[in-house]
Amino acid sequence: MWDTIFPYLLSGISVGGQYALIAIGYTMVYGILRLINFAHGDVFMVAGIMMVYIVAAGVPLWVAIPLVLILTALVGFLIERVAYKPLRSAPRMSVMISAIGVSYTLQNLVLYITGGLNKQYPTIPWISETIVLGTAKTKLVTVITPVLVIVLVVALVMLINKTKIGMAMRAVSKDFETSQLMGIKINQVISATFVIGSFLAGVGSVLYFTNYTTVIQTSGAMPGLKAFVAAVFGGIGSIPGAVIGAFIIGIMENIIKGLDVILFKSGLIDKPVGLATFSDAFTFALLIIILVVKPTGLFGESAADKV
Amino acid sequence: MKSKQSKRPFIITWVVVAVIYLAVFIAEQKLPATSMLFTVLKKGATYALVAVSMNLLNGFTGIFSLGQAGFMLVGAYVYGIFTIPVELRAQVYQYYDGGLVQFTVPVVLAMIMAGLAAAFFAFLIGLPVLRLKSDYLAIATLGFAEIVRAIFQWNNLGPLTNGSNMLRLFPNFNDFNLRDADGNVTVYLSTLIPFIISGVCIFLIVLLIRSNYGRAFKAIRDDEVAAEAMGINLAHHKQLAFCISSFFAGVGGAMLAMYQTTVQAKSFTTAMTYEILLIVVIGGIGSVTGSVISSFLFVACSEWWLRFLDEKQMIGDFEVPFLRNGFRLVVFSVIIMIVVLFFRRGIMGDKELWDLGSGAKKQERRAAK
Amino acid sequence: MMKKVIALVLALMLMLPALALAEDIVKIGIYEPASGDSGAGGKQEALGVQYANVKTPTVEIGGKEYKVELVTADNGSSTDKAPSAAQKLVSENVSVVLGSYGSGVSIAGSQYFADAKIPAIGLTCTNPQVTAGNSHYFRVCFLDPFQGTVLANYASKTLGAATAYCLGELGNDYDQGLITYFKQAFEALGGTVIKEDFPTGTSDFTSYLTNAAMYGANVFFCPVSIAYSTQIISQASAQGLEIPVLGGDTLDSNVVAEAAKGTNVQVIITTFYQEGANAEFDEGFKAWLNSDAEALTNNGGNDMISAVSVMGYDGYYTALAALQAAGTTDSAAVMAALPAVEIDGVSGHIAFDETGDAIRTSAFVKTVDNATGEWLFLTEQTVE
Repeated sequence: MWDTIFPYLLSGISVGGQYALIAIGYTMVYGILRLINFAHGDVFMVAGIMMVYIVAAGVPLWVAIPLVLILTALVGFLIERVAYKPLRSAPRMSVMISAIGVSYTLQNLVLYITGGLNKQYPTIPWISETIVLGTAKTKLVTVITPVLVIVLVVALVMLINKTKIGMAMRAVSKDFETSQLMGIKINQVISATFVIGSFLAGVGSVLYFTNYTTVIQTSGAMPGLKAFVAAVFGGIGSIPGAVIGAFIIGIMENIIKGLDVILFKSGLIDKPVGLATFSDAFTFALLIIILVVKPTGLFGESAADKV
Repeated sequence: MKSKQSKRPFIITWVVVAVIYLAVFIAEQKLPATSMLFTVLKKGATYALVAVSMNLLNGFTGIFSLGQAGFMLVGAYVYGIFTIPVELRAQVYQYYDGGLVQFTVPVVLAMIMAGLAAAFFAFLIGLPVLRLKSDYLAIATLGFAEIVRAIFQWNNLGPLTNGSNMLRLFPNFNDFNLRDADGNVTVYLSTLIPFIISGVCIFLIVLLIRSNYGRAFKAIRDDEVAAEAMGINLAHHKQLAFCISSFFAGVGGAMLAMYQTTVQAKSFTTAMTYEILLIVVIGGIGSVTGSVISSFLFVACSEWWLRFLDEKQMIGDFEVPFLRNGFRLVVFSVIIMIVVLFFRRGIMGDKELWDLGSGAKKQERRAAK
Repeated sequence: MMKKVIALVLALMLMLPALALAEDIVKIGIYEPASGDSGAGGKQEALGVQYANVKTPTVEIGGKEYKVELVTADNGSSTDKAPSAAQKLVSENVSVVLGSYGSGVSIAGSQYFADAKIPAIGLTCTNPQVTAGNSHYFRVCFLDPFQGTVLANYASKTLGAATAYCLGELGNDYDQGLITYFKQAFEALGGTVIKEDFPTGTSDFTSYLTNAAMYGANVFFCPVSIAYSTQIISQASAQGLEIPVLGGDTLDSNVVAEAAKGTNVQVIITTFYQEGANAEFDEGFKAWLNSDAEALTNNGGNDMISAVSVMGYDGYYTALAALQAAGTTDSAAVMAALPAVEIDGVSGHIAFDETGDAIRTSAFVKTVDNATGEWLFLTEQTVE
């Protein structure tokens, strides 16, 4: 039984870690602006596309990776300045529509640049190597992802708890207006949030596209939505919640893909029933259930105005 | 329609509508049927209905739902499943021995069934999710649309839905053309009929908005707590608005099926919902007229007027830079972002055609399409 | 008023190219995906047509010399974008349509061509549904029942497989059709078939690959779009998949060969053409690709010949033959002339049967050389 489930767990942990890095961006932005940043998944995709073009231009990988991460952070910063800042006093729905507009724009821009074709992601040596784990073979990145996620999350939590900007972030997410009155430079805090979120999405994109090696304009949509669901599942606003939610979603998704096999092997069904069809839909069913049963998620603070 | 205001704006509105319908009818008889104009008009009429139905929720009731594509999918499938001629079913359901349903219903009935099915799905999903607010509701309905898409693609439902394969060979808009014994078209109705279907549905929505229910919806949009204090049953009214909106989204889905001539669950994606939402925003959230105008503009721009941006253009020997596949969509997105950021009220704000003191300008704008 | 002016200006801009050329023109529509999952394949197929057009830019119809103008419409690999692409060709009054790569989009556009009485020649859309039950759709390639049988025979007899794992994209008519015919033939040969589907947009295939291993499959049959097959191959390599990956004609692309290069994954496909079968064509096509930077990019960056380009080339000459036989550019007359058209194409002799399908009795089986990333000829399979 364990041998049957193990490979799916492995795939799940890997993709879960990558979702986690995207989910943190969602959860931080939501915590501060109460905005579902629909464009966040596309920022992740843009990071992938930039890597393709930068490496194709002949830049060595050890320069390209940091460069892409910095550029991704910059993209996040610019999106906030151009599309969200002017709407600071507008109704929440307007900002959300603006986010959808940004997502649409980024996708179309990439469609135009790439001609709508899949781009092959450059192979990053070492983490692309195949390793053997028990009964399963996989890329080294699968194992590195969860470790890297934990390191980054610990660093992020330290940043939020120990530094001045982190304290400002906490204050803003508790009470937007009061913290403004207390002299916190709101715009700086928001920019910092977007920079951090996008940077992590950039890291996520390097790991994700090393595993699943092609990038197209729609590559960010599904991972983005799933990461968002993860953020809600874990309790939006809570960073550890988003990470745990992402791992759960990643694992569940892969278990669903293999559920036919697992049921088949344990003799519960005598032929496959096509449950893999629901691998994406399941995530959303989980979302609706959690929203209805426990809207604040697993670790969310129970603020009345959130739902 | 029985308000105390002057009746003049309404008369003007009716005249404008009548002129448009007459123009469509005449154009269809005179211009070649292959003209891109009719594609735009047919798709525009379809999108107008879908956009207005979304506006009923987002603009008039303040429920931010992103489930539109899911409800359209339900409508399109119900229409397709029940109208494919029996003798052609073996061909369509080729992997499922001709499918489960072995009868057809008349087109009009099938469209109503499409709406009812969508409304039923809305009723089911509405029970749990309508308690949620703004963005949570949005994401829950969006998730719902994704779930519906997966269910309709499931192989085990194949005898009903044809699995993930397309439904086709059902009556489409061109089948409304009147033909003589030799099959030659005598009277073209393929554009007028979608206009009529869409027009009747939108008229019903307008009546609803102007009724007591409509006023209750607006009260909920403006302030839920106050509305509740005034004795409006929130849950009941929200559920009602949700189901009615979905009914018309379902009918719109059936129209889309007729326009496309094929239906496939795969194409009812979140991107479709976003597109409709953007139409509503461009038209003006809370304006039926705005949604209608922007539907036609949106479709005309994306299918027709901006097409040249996707191809190389030479002015003399000079090749215009940037023009290649996809540029149209870039220009388009930029326009949308400008509207979203700087013209947040859209084309019409929350005004209607009959709210405009001198309707002359709008009249011209509508007729120009 | 403003909009009218804009519309007028646009209309004039569109007419400019037409005004510049006073000679007689016949229009041929290229209905192909230039974006989306099948974009790479669609572009390569269009290249074949474009090359043929460069070689033979004019045609004599009814004693008059016509210049052939190619009108392209991008159907975006998706059935919901197909109607407007088809409508664009219809509104341009093309005499005949070539395409499309992908059976689903061909079916989705079909009704529009039928209503406008424009014939369409499918180049590589292999699903029987494309031409069945209509009189306007023709095709120059073989069909999926044939291709599925060839693949099943190869898997069962040559590879000795007992269990086949089939993976298709939900809602892709090509994948679903070919898998169904493969399944029928493979089960008739005494094999077991396990079939699974993935939702559109999937990029994580690791669990599907695990499933195949868990079921103890001997072959992994995935006749999916190029975009997905490259993902599957690279993930199969990482997971050390030991069974061969089988595919249909969609996998015959240098992009797929590139993905398999340097891995241990054995990729076996059936297709329409093997490079080297017609040296004259190969040479001319390569020379043209290398002289045109844009064409080379559209071919995936190198000059390897895809079978779909050959089919595009043959389709173009079939269209010209039909125009000549009709003696007019009127599309209805071309449609009437098409059933009797016969040509000797690069991919073989082309003649239509009563449903409008080319009569084809052989398919090429190819595999990727993992060291060089080139296609190797395995065998030519004929149907008995």
